[in-house]
Amino acid sequence: MWQSLVGRRSRPVVNWVERGAVRRFAEAIGDPNPLYLDEEAAKKSRYGRLIAPPTFPQTFDYGTIEGLCLPDSGLIHGEQRYDYVRPLFVGEEITCYRVFQDMYEKRGRRGRLTFLVFSRVGEDSGGKTLFTTRDVIIVTETVMKEWKG
Amino acid sequence: MTTKAPISWNAGEELPSITLPPVTRLDLIKYAGASGDYNPIHTIDEEAARAGLPGVIAHGMLTMAVMGRLFSPYLEHGFIKGFQTRFTGMVFVGDVLTVGGKVLGAESTDQGDLYSFDVFARNQKGETVASGQVEFLVFRD
Repeated sequence: MWQSLVGRRSRPVVNWVERGAVRRFAEAIGDPNPLYLDEEAAKKSRYGRLIAPPTFPQTFDYGTIEGLCLPDSGLIHGEQRYDYVRPLFVGEEITCYRVFQDMYEKRGRRGRLTFLVFSRVGEDSGGKTLFTTRDVIIVTETVMKEWKG
Repeated sequence: MTTKAPISWNAGEELPSITLPPVTRLDLIKYAGASGDYNPIHTIDEEAARAGLPGVIAHGMLTMAVMGRLFSPYLEHGFIKGFQTRFTGMVFVGDVLTVGGKVLGAESTDQGDLYSFDVFARNQKGETVASGQVEFLVFRD
């Protein structure tokens, strides 16, 4: 059902690294680093401006892949990878999209597991890649049966 | 001219670990709001129960973010270039997480010294709930 959609990508969406969003995110993860929050400290740093925490790209909109429907609950986040070219700067514009990279099945102790692999990409306004991700989502046989119902 | 790296680590060296206060429901509500991940199994008991869970569970990405905090003291001198995590266990309200990391090795690159680390998050029972690797690049000043 999903196999034929492998390779598809979402239409890119423009996101901004907003100062207030970075502050709320830093607070939520318990990391009040001055480089995320304090304009003066950030100005004196090598970046000369505020940066965002490493997992902040979780907050961006990556668009939806046309035709791809997933169960709305019970999905397991198995694995996550981020690769960065540099930290993200507060105030910058980042164009984001996602790609459905792969799908495979494995037999586990509690039945068949379906693995869905996505990558997400963030580019600067010049189209240069700033970060990429690899996201592995697991759908259990129980969830699959209930969903197809 | 040779330049000196502002920080350096040796293979086998451990980063200072961080033990967090017990996870609260409010922590999960705050992370849901800050991240935009409103999957109700993280915040609403009935939804967690419907998914067969004994209670709400923390967002895996919150645990990953907390592991990232290990590198926060060094951001003046470098940044996380690669960050991979496998989620191996669930985190419940009341759990006490400890995150830590250990240097695997280093290589010299054009941009600076690239260190690799094993990182983990464990609960109060000593069970690993997440583990992975970080590549941290230290700039040459």
